[in-house]
Amino acid sequence: MSKKFNIDTVANAEATPGQALPWAELGLKQNEYDRVVEILGRRPTGAELAMYSVMWSEHCSYKSSKVHLRQFGDKVTDAMKEHLLVGIGENAGVVDIGDGWAVTFKVESHNHPSFVEPYQGAATGVGGIVRDIISMGARPVAVMDPLRFGAIDHPDTARLVHGIVAGIGGYGNSLGLPNIGGEVVFDSSYQGNPLVNALAVGVLRHEDIRLANASGVGNRVVLFGARTGGDGIGGASVLASESFDDAKPSKRPAVQVGDPFAEKVLIECCLELFKASVVEGIQDLGAAGISCATSELASNGDGGMHVELTKVLLRDPTLTPGEILMSESQERMMAVVTPANAAAFEAIMDKWNVEYSWLGEVTDTGRLVIEWDGETIVDVDPRTVAHDGPVYERPYHRPAWLDGVQADSFQGSSPDLRAAVLELMSSPNMCSKDWVTNQFDRYVQGNTALAMPDDAGVIRVDEATGLGVALSTDANGRYSYLNPYEGARLALAEAYRNVATSGAKPLAVTDCLNFGSPEDPEVMWQFAESVRGLADACQELGVPVTGGNVSLYNQTGGVAIHPTPVVGVLGVFDDVARRTPSGWREDGQAIYLLGTTRDELDGSEWANLRGHLGGTPPVVDLAAEKTLAAVLVNSSRDGMIDAAHDLSEGGLAAALSEAALRFGVGARIGIDELCERDGIDPFTALFSESQGRAIVSVPRSEEVRFNDMCTARNYPTLRIGVVDTENSALDVQGHFTLPLDELKEAHEGTLPRHFA
Amino acid sequence: MSVETPLIGDFQPFPSASAEGSLAGVRVGVVTFPGTLDDRDAMRAVRLAGGTAISLWHGDHDLRGVDAVIIPGGFSYGDYLRAGAISRFAPLMEQITAAATGGPGALPVLGICNGFQVLTEAHLLPGSMIKNNSLHFLCRDQRLRVENADTLWTSDYAAGEEIVVPLKNQDGQFVADERTLDELEGEGRVVFRYVRENPNGSRRDIAGISNAAGNVVGLMPHPEHAVEPGFGPDSSARGEVDLRGGTDGLGIFTSVLKKLVG
Repeated sequence: MSKKFNIDTVANAEATPGQALPWAELGLKQNEYDRVVEILGRRPTGAELAMYSVMWSEHCSYKSSKVHLRQFGDKVTDAMKEHLLVGIGENAGVVDIGDGWAVTFKVESHNHPSFVEPYQGAATGVGGIVRDIISMGARPVAVMDPLRFGAIDHPDTARLVHGIVAGIGGYGNSLGLPNIGGEVVFDSSYQGNPLVNALAVGVLRHEDIRLANASGVGNRVVLFGARTGGDGIGGASVLASESFDDAKPSKRPAVQVGDPFAEKVLIECCLELFKASVVEGIQDLGAAGISCATSELASNGDGGMHVELTKVLLRDPTLTPGEILMSESQERMMAVVTPANAAAFEAIMDKWNVEYSWLGEVTDTGRLVIEWDGETIVDVDPRTVAHDGPVYERPYHRPAWLDGVQADSFQGSSPDLRAAVLELMSSPNMCSKDWVTNQFDRYVQGNTALAMPDDAGVIRVDEATGLGVALSTDANGRYSYLNPYEGARLALAEAYRNVATSGAKPLAVTDCLNFGSPEDPEVMWQFAESVRGLADACQELGVPVTGGNVSLYNQTGGVAIHPTPVVGVLGVFDDVARRTPSGWREDGQAIYLLGTTRDELDGSEWANLRGHLGGTPPVVDLAAEKTLAAVLVNSSRDGMIDAAHDLSEGGLAAALSEAALRFGVGARIGIDELCERDGIDPFTALFSESQGRAIVSVPRSEEVRFNDMCTARNYPTLRIGVVDTENSALDVQGHFTLPLDELKEAHEGTLPRHFA
Repeated sequence: MSVETPLIGDFQPFPSASAEGSLAGVRVGVVTFPGTLDDRDAMRAVRLAGGTAISLWHGDHDLRGVDAVIIPGGFSYGDYLRAGAISRFAPLMEQITAAATGGPGALPVLGICNGFQVLTEAHLLPGSMIKNNSLHFLCRDQRLRVENADTLWTSDYAAGEEIVVPLKNQDGQFVADERTLDELEGEGRVVFRYVRENPNGSRRDIAGISNAAGNVVGLMPHPEHAVEPGFGPDSSARGEVDLRGGTDGLGIFTSVLKKLVG
């Protein structure tokens, strides 16, 4: 039922060079449009304009960030590439974890849609990242979600929290993917710009890696999964004006609508396709839909592609060719199949009741040609669409206000340490996140070895050997606000430390860089500094960035969010049975503090509770982090520790509280020796956020060996207490005693009080 | 057409945990609908209990000679209409319904979560599930009491014994009219009851029930997630366990295997 539109064909474009096109409304700049005309040697057709406008958008082309992101590649050494099977540029990076197994993982943002329509925005964020994982040839095995909201008591926050949490749960739970971690942060900087980042991880055998390319002349191109609808069309009202048909609906929702059932079926169906080896190349449809999939598949292949667009199965027959090319309808995939495998492909589609349509074939013309009822509406070099977009060296400079902010160091203390610990542990950022995480399935697939609230999520990959992976995501927008270079390094340091704390060896990094407008030179400086910091830190720690995502324009009314580079670190275990939980359980075990505590309260959670944001963030020493990680991983492997918890936001006070609450087992702690050794007062000992620290519980029989190892590695260690199962309290001797019941009530009451 | 589900990233051959070789001869079918999620977990539970797990496809017309059937959890057909409402019409469900109601020696059937919902839609079990009273999806470790240890699926427990297994669902609130509830209580067909806290508003704290013959059992919590040390709940009703060491759910699977061998 190909409805006949008044189609703007290539022939028509050649015949009517003077016809005005709505390129500005579609988001292109004058110089960008001129470049399109120069590339084509004529004005673009409406369909071509649609493709270039979405593919050259900031989101798809990384035109503002590209010049900086190059550092992630430039600063990768050969040693860092050792475990890298697929690096940046594909749908997701792939890391070798041994025994022929590989893992693919990536974090992406879905910030703007989640503010407009929290449930669907968050849900389709999960859906999109999961399809990236599938298209690498992997079975998705877990998700994580770093979330950032405005102030907890702002009138709009409950709407976003309820919608976003339910959306992530509603989609992820229905896919059968355990949710094993993430973050929940409240800060007024995210008012009007919540950050919804979603990470997915998948598992595959080395030989199963799939890449997005269309090779082999004569191979057929197929679109399968959900039908294409009018949802998620960028610049919707603009597109409506491009239409030549007055009868069609003029308004379209800009947010995609998810169907997790369709995606679950798509996962199983794709895995069956891979197992049967019937696809040559595969690409998920996300941002820019068919425009992206056809141009990327064709430009990554060795020839061209021919597509008949009327073959696309539609939910709404009134869609124009431009809209079909730009639609971001969810749960769709595009594959390249040899003619010989076409029947086998169709049989698998039929088994899973998945709709498909053969759109065209791979050609040797080097051109992407798209026809509508036999008339050519697109005839382009696919590389010019997918890869040769504009690149900008945006101006940037260090903000003048930063000197004043950095000079404003936090000066504060609290005489009542007991009350301070209770206040901290019930605060929005440090309180228990159970109310959120209990809405996610952490059990499905039966391979979850650790999940919230432990330091990292841990998933078994191989049932026979116990081989598995650990994942953690971290970011601290306040640190990055005070110093974006150091903030990015701190984010990596914490995620790296968390993975090591669980007992896994850190291997690789993914990042989701959330910033304000790149057209603001001060924001651009924050971005440039963050990328430089992260790339340098990755090099120093020897872990490569394998992929990720940039989200810009996170700002409302000229005020940008805190720079928030979310960093995910993946680590590997030979056997997940050796993982270390964050809480202690055995009576009499010794509690040690690793690392040095300095007076570093600037940017801390405590300062945040006092409404202060100034000074300089904690110093990060990556050589020390590396040693600490080695100590933690070796102690875990050799059975020297039974619990480990990293010190980060909230410092020692938070770490001790969380370790005690994990299994409801108390401890007797002494901090006076620590104060003396490090030259600090008790308040600083408890609330400073100095880096490179962790607490561990050591069985009596292992104390000598543990101390010897720390001494040999020259890492500062101090015995600060002992696990006490008799007294159900956190007893900081000489200072205060906190019954765990009271601490637990304070810790767990906050989110239900605001949202239940 | 009967095709095993794809295996990437899962399903390594796993040795049977049981020394009793005869149990391995028991074939337990696990049904996969489009949207089923816990099928591989249920198959793992059968293997860990010592039996042989057989994958069954919803569109098939035969039960492949299995001795018992598990309908696992998930969101069959997305559960957009009403949980289990479409699945009950699957070709395989006709086979299961016929075999489960065949009098003495009828097929043992266990429905877990979405499987329980499917069994009520298929009228193999009474009552129905509505949205949790919290209106949220809820995932937590849940304490249950085994009220009836005489069914094919609970004979490895003692009556009144408590167990801890994960609960995870959105539509878990069991409801039925008063007469049905009285009937279930009177006939000893309440098999599992929530203890300490009713997590979802279920009538009379009911977590699981059986049919009159005792061969069909449905429950909302997930015993298949409490079968393997290291990957279960952090606690057990039987005393201290290691990290994620709870395996209180394994008895459900060993019960039916032993009964079928016996």
